[in-house]
Amino acid sequence: MKFQFDSLDAFMQMKGHGVYVWASYAIVYTILIYLTLSPLLQKKAFLKQQKKWLKLQESSENV
Amino acid sequence: MGWQWFHRLGSPRWFYEKTEIWIPWLTILAWGLLLVGGVWGLGFAPEDAKQHNSYRILYIHAPVAFISMSCYYIMAISGAIGLVWKMKLPFMVMKAAAPIGLALTVVVLSTGSIWGKPTWGTWWEWDARLTSYLILSFLYLGVIALQQAFQSRDTADKASAILALVGTVNIPIIYKSVDWWYTLHQPATLKLVGKSTIDPSMLYPLFIMIIGFYFFFTLVLILHTRTEILRRESRTQWVRDLVLGKAKKLPEESAQ
Amino acid sequence: MVKSLFWATFTRDLTLAFRHKGDMVNPLVFFLIAITMIPLALGPEKAVLVRIAPGILWVMALLATLLSLDNLFRSDFDDGSLEQLLIAPYPLSVMVVAKVLVHWLATGLPLTLLAPLLGVMLSLPASAFGALVWSLFLGTAAMSLIGSVGAALTVGLRKGGVLISLIVMPLYVPILIFGASAVQSAALGQEYTMQLAVLGAALALALVMAPLAAAGALRVSVSG
Repeated sequence: MKFQFDSLDAFMQMKGHGVYVWASYAIVYTILIYLTLSPLLQKKAFLKQQKKWLKLQESSENV
Repeated sequence: MGWQWFHRLGSPRWFYEKTEIWIPWLTILAWGLLLVGGVWGLGFAPEDAKQHNSYRILYIHAPVAFISMSCYYIMAISGAIGLVWKMKLPFMVMKAAAPIGLALTVVVLSTGSIWGKPTWGTWWEWDARLTSYLILSFLYLGVIALQQAFQSRDTADKASAILALVGTVNIPIIYKSVDWWYTLHQPATLKLVGKSTIDPSMLYPLFIMIIGFYFFFTLVLILHTRTEILRRESRTQWVRDLVLGKAKKLPEESAQ
Repeated sequence: MVKSLFWATFTRDLTLAFRHKGDMVNPLVFFLIAITMIPLALGPEKAVLVRIAPGILWVMALLATLLSLDNLFRSDFDDGSLEQLLIAPYPLSVMVVAKVLVHWLATGLPLTLLAPLLGVMLSLPASAFGALVWSLFLGTAAMSLIGSVGAALTVGLRKGGVLISLIVMPLYVPILIFGASAVQSAALGQEYTMQLAVLGAALALALVMAPLAAAGALRVSVSG
C-alpha cells in the first residue's frame, strides 16, 4: 500500500479532480464536526441558562 | 426481574447516566476510523481506471447514504415504540434522529452532485438512485416540519411518529416506482464515464469508513438524545441537581 | 350496524359538501387556470404541448387534489363534531372511509371528468383520453385516501395547508409516476394496462391502510 501521489501538489490537484474531491471531503467533515459539536454546545447553553434560572428561583424564594 | 429492565430502558435518566461512559470511547472509535479511512481513501487507495480520482468521493458518499437510511428506520422504529408502549425515551430518540438524518441527506445529495460533475458532466442527473433519494429526503423534511408545527410536545411526538411510520411503508414503494420510471425514460445520451469495477484494494478503506460512520452515527444520536433529555426533563430533581452541580447517582433499585 | 354507520356518515358529509358548492368548484378552477398557465409559459407550439401534456395534466390534477385536502376534516374539527366522532363507540376508520369517499366524489371525480377538456387544450393525442380518465379515476381516489392521513395529522394546526403538501407529496410520487406513464404510453399508442393495474393495486393498498393511519392521526390531533 503506497501513497498514490508524487507530491503534495499532485495530491491537491488529483489530476484535475482535486476541486471535487477536496470540496466533498471538506463539506462532509465539516458537517460531521457540526453534528458532533452542536449537541454539546446546546447542552452547555442549556445548563448555563437553567442554572441562572434556578438560582433566580432560589433567591426569589428566600426573599 | 420481569419487565423491569425494559421499563428502565424507557427511563431518560437511566439512558443519560448509562451513556455518559460510552461517549469518550465512541468518540475515539468513530473519529479514529473516520480519519484513518478518510486518509486511506484520499491518498492510498489506487486510482480508478475509469473515474480516476473522482471516485474517492465514494468513501464519504456511500457510507453516509447507508446510515441516512438506517437513521430513518431508527427514527420510525423509535416512534413506533413510543406510540405502542407510550414511553418517553423513544420519542426523544426519534426527535434527535430527525435533524441528524436531514444533515446526512444533505451530505449525500451534495457529494453525489459534486461527484456527478466530473463523472457525468452535470451537477444533477435524474437517475433512479439520486431521484428516489431526493424524494426520501423530502420525507425527512416532512417529519421535521411536522415536529415543529405543534404547540403540545406530546401531540408533536405522536403525529411525527405516525408520519415516520407511513413514510417507512412508502420507502420501498417510492424506490421501486422511481426505478421503474427511470428505466422507462433511459436517456439516449451515453454517460461520460461508466461505472467502475471495484478492486479489493479499494474496498478496505470503504469498510473502515462504513464501520466508522456507524459508530459516528451512534455517537451523534446519543449526544443529541442526551441534550433532548435534559431539555424535556428540566423540571425533574435529577436535572436540577445536575444543573446546580450537585449530581447524585441513580439508585440501583429505582422504581421509575 | 357498521354499514348503516358508513352510509349515515356518507350522506351527512355529502349533504354538507353540496351545501358548499364553492369548495367543490375551487379545485376545478385551479386545474383549469393552472393548465392555462402552461402554454403561456412554454409557448403555444403544439409539438411541445403534445410532449408534455400527459405529465402536466397529471401534475396539475395532483396539485388540485392537494389543495382540497385541508377541508377534509377541518369543518368537523372546528365545530366539535370530530371530537364526537372520536368518542362514538364505532370504528373511526369506517367513518374516515365514508368521509374520504365523499371528498373524492366532490373533488377527484369532477377533476377526472374535467380532464379530457383540458387534454384538448393541451393537444393531447386522441388515443390518450381513455388512459387519462381511467388513470385519474384510480389515482385521485388513491390520492384522496393517502391525503386523508396528511389532513388528519394537521387538522389541529391553524396553518396546516402547506404542511399537508410537504407531508403528502412524497407519498404521491408512485401514483404520479404510474398515472402519467399510463397517459404517456397511450399517447404513444402503446399498451397501458400495466400502469393502470399498478394504480389499482396502490388504491387497494391505500384503501386498507390509509383509514387506519388517518384514524390514529385524528385521535392524536384532537386529543393534543
